[in-house]
Amino acid sequence: MRWLPEIHFERRLKPPRWLGPATPPIAVIVALAIGALVLWASGRDPVDIYQRMVRAAFTNPGAFSNTLVSATPILLTGLAAAITFRMKVWNIGADGQLMIGGVLAAAAGTFFAGQSLPVVMALMLLAGIVGGALWAAIAAVLRAYLNTNEVLTTLMLNYIAPLILFYLVFSSTSYWRDLSSQHAKVFPLAKTLAEEHFWPEYGTTVVVPFGFILGAVLAVVLLFLVRSTRFGFQMRVSADSPAAGRYAGIRTGRLLVVVMLLSGAVAGIAGASQIGDFSHRLEPRNLQFAVYGYTGIAVAALVRYHPVGVVISAVLVGALSNAGFNLQGLDLPLGLIGVNQGIILLLVAASEVSTRYRLVIGRRGRDETRAPPDGESGSTAVVDGIGNERPSRGADS
Amino acid sequence: MTAAGTRTQDQDLHTVSARGITKAFPGVVANDGVDFDADRGEVHALLGENGSGKTTLCKILTGLYRPDAGQVLVGGNPVSFRSPADAYEAGIFMVHQHFSLVSSMTVAENVVLGWHREKRRVFNRRQVEEEVARAAERFDMHVDPRAVVSRLSVGERQRVEILKAFYRGARTLILDEPTSVLTPQEAEQLFVSLRRMASEGESVVFISHKLDEVSALCDRVTVLRQGHVSGSADLRTTSVDARGLARMMVGRDIAFSRRSRSEPVGESEPALELREVSAVDADGTPALREVTLSVRPGEILGVAGVAGNGQVALGEVIAGLRDRTGGDITLRGEPLAPGNPRAASDRGLAYVPEDRIGTGLSPGLTVADNCVLKSYRQRQLGRGPFLVKARILARTQRLLEAFNVKGTADSLVRQLSGGNAQKVLLAREISSEPQVLVVATPTRGLDVSAMESIRSLLLEAAARGAAILMISEDLAEILDLADRIAVISRGRIQGVLDADGADAEQVGILMMGGSLEDAGAVAP
Ligand SMILES: Nc1ncnc2c1ncn2[C@@H]1O[C@H](COP(=O)(O)OP(=O)(O)OP(=O)(O)O)[C@@H](O)[C@H]1O
Ligand SMILES: [Mg+2]
Repeated sequence: MRWLPEIHFERRLKPPRWLGPATPPIAVIVALAIGALVLWASGRDPVDIYQRMVRAAFTNPGAFSNTLVSATPILLTGLAAAITFRMKVWNIGADGQLMIGGVLAAAAGTFFAGQSLPVVMALMLLAGIVGGALWAAIAAVLRAYLNTNEVLTTLMLNYIAPLILFYLVFSSTSYWRDLSSQHAKVFPLAKTLAEEHFWPEYGTTVVVPFGFILGAVLAVVLLFLVRSTRFGFQMRVSADSPAAGRYAGIRTGRLLVVVMLLSGAVAGIAGASQIGDFSHRLEPRNLQFAVYGYTGIAVAALVRYHPVGVVISAVLVGALSNAGFNLQGLDLPLGLIGVNQGIILLLVAASEVSTRYRLVIGRRGRDETRAPPDGESGSTAVVDGIGNERPSRGADS
Repeated sequence: MTAAGTRTQDQDLHTVSARGITKAFPGVVANDGVDFDADRGEVHALLGENGSGKTTLCKILTGLYRPDAGQVLVGGNPVSFRSPADAYEAGIFMVHQHFSLVSSMTVAENVVLGWHREKRRVFNRRQVEEEVARAAERFDMHVDPRAVVSRLSVGERQRVEILKAFYRGARTLILDEPTSVLTPQEAEQLFVSLRRMASEGESVVFISHKLDEVSALCDRVTVLRQGHVSGSADLRTTSVDARGLARMMVGRDIAFSRRSRSEPVGESEPALELREVSAVDADGTPALREVTLSVRPGEILGVAGVAGNGQVALGEVIAGLRDRTGGDITLRGEPLAPGNPRAASDRGLAYVPEDRIGTGLSPGLTVADNCVLKSYRQRQLGRGPFLVKARILARTQRLLEAFNVKGTADSLVRQLSGGNAQKVLLAREISSEPQVLVVATPTRGLDVSAMESIRSLLLEAAARGAAILMISEDLAEILDLADRIAVISRGRIQGVLDADGADAEQVGILMMGGSLEDAGAVAP
């Protein structure tokens, strides 16, 4: 085994500043290379497939618009996850919060049928926020005051939310159910938003849903909230050391509830956007199978819960699922597409390790260690080399 | 560099050596061409001001950091450690100030955790327990191998760490400020064990800021200053006392300020008053039993006691961090509601907790963030809901200069040296000009000159009219600074003495649970 170089992981004391932002793109490139190998091994032409993927996700007419459509809900749920995960509170309940937000938004949208579009939109958003926040509040209060594990409670609430939707639309004659025609009575369906109340889209060649723009704005707002406000300061302290937070007079229980409500509200906006932008009525089955909430967690994790990063990763994940949807067919089984998507997501997620460790090949033992510096010159050179580096900024990156 | 084959006797003497070790962190050279030898059979002290690079050097010797330049040698052979595991294999072991024990496991389990020698894949409990007991006996370190670690005192835990080292075949033991967490008795015991190790031919590297203990215990000293070796002495041939060591470290004599009791504290209303305050620990055992105390403006009340007798609970109850099970606290004339740290600090209470990193400071945040940990709500630091970075930085800069902290505003607190982190905490709390200051072990981990400047700052604060409750295990410090001394034992105040008439012996009797009559003192 002597011919094998020794390979070690070595902890980085201080990762260079550029490394954090640079790793995800590098990981994507590496993943594409590995994916190409897989395609090649399965007898396909990777260049051709990648060209088709890019076309299907970005360059075909309407392709990028579809990518944005796929990105919108996971952008919002991604933000919802990012807010709490940053604070080391594990709200995995965006799925349920989205659904309950959708329920209230759908009600608001159909109830105020006589109003103008901006008024209806505002009411729907408000309803979505209230619904999502309420659903999150259950887990938040349990966690803050009874110290119940929020992972379990939010997960359980994710199971309950679709049942409520099913009940409202399929198993009862609730307000949400469309009972206007004979057909609707036999095949249960929710009430549809009036056409003039569909949420607007922007752009001509690339069509941007309103919800996406809202998400992008929210991302910037949240970034400022965490970085520059007193509230964000409290979040950072509590995340780093809860004991120090209490010591500093931060009401940690209340802070936790507020952060959970905020997260639930953003997930609720995703629900409102589902109704207003896309489905225009409550679609219990689609919402249940879409698992936007869980995908949002992955989206947020890819960029280490950085709010603005979530916008980028939501587009990436949106593009992947959109391309996969369009490409699957005779010569390209869905499984193979899934493998490629999986490789990309796995590598981006795993690449974080490289910001904390570096790979050392060879250089072991006494053979190759550096000799001590000869006098002053050796040590000064080191100072200069390191002097260029800047201290990192801690948790607020 | 000498090749392995041509070892001389001289190199045989050294268990571990450093040659020209240089290590830079952003903005600071922590080690600058350091030469250092730990010899067989000696206790070697490493001295230096806060941030002079002692801990960094030891972390390099044990493979936690890699040097930028220079060479570590073991028994004369160049080595290159990649991890502490490599260093264990070479017989070098470091006991950090924060122990790395699993508290739900027994002593024996902790000793073998993550460690298996050949042929020892299965954990043979009996055998390990016996071996641990034998090692304990060899070094006079009493600890029950079957005890669960969470039940052990700090001193006992430290012994477990040391046993772990020897179980794993340590030849060189590095102790980073081991006595800062020990009672004087425990420290005495530790010294006996360390001497025993040295006499058996092992080598011990000992870091401490307590210079009298260094001059009593150690065979040699090496002094670091701003990263390079500024002096060394052989204490076996030349006798250097604590003052001499201080001079070696800081280049001048340090005279500790003491309380001058010329201006007596008036009969003013107490600024802080506790009446029959009781509290419990997390597991429900009583931590404080009907504690009654009062501190007047301008007065320093020292709370003396053996560590673990309710001092932590006392500070936390006053600061509102722990609920009380009975009694009342009055802060500046008004009752203080329990469990509300913010209310306490808004009413002029500053608190330096015993647990610095993690409670008093948020280790993963920057020094700047930590300087405004409590004051971030102040109007002048922000605009509306926003915090203005420039203003925070300006305040931080002022504090760092005033308290002579070695570190930059944007470094993480975790990256500061132990003493400098302590200074940041003290800087923040003292500079808030509190009316009432509760401070636990204020000078722990500080070098002599920092110790002196903190002592005079405390005296200044008292002269300004602050009421100071100083909780400390350092009796000498209490005798020097306090006006009155309250002695705490098993959560109860054994008695309150006037510092003028008190001597260490009296206080000692009270600390052991004796009464005022036993101590033969007159209550003030
Ligand atoms: N991980 C790190 N990152 C950045 N700077 C560091 C790091 N560790 C230490 N330093 C810096 O290196 C210098 C030396 O630190 P070190 O901990 O070795 O001091 P020390 O002599 O042990 O001091 P003390 O007596 O206060 O414990 C300090 O200025 C410290 O801020
Ligand atoms: Mg240190």
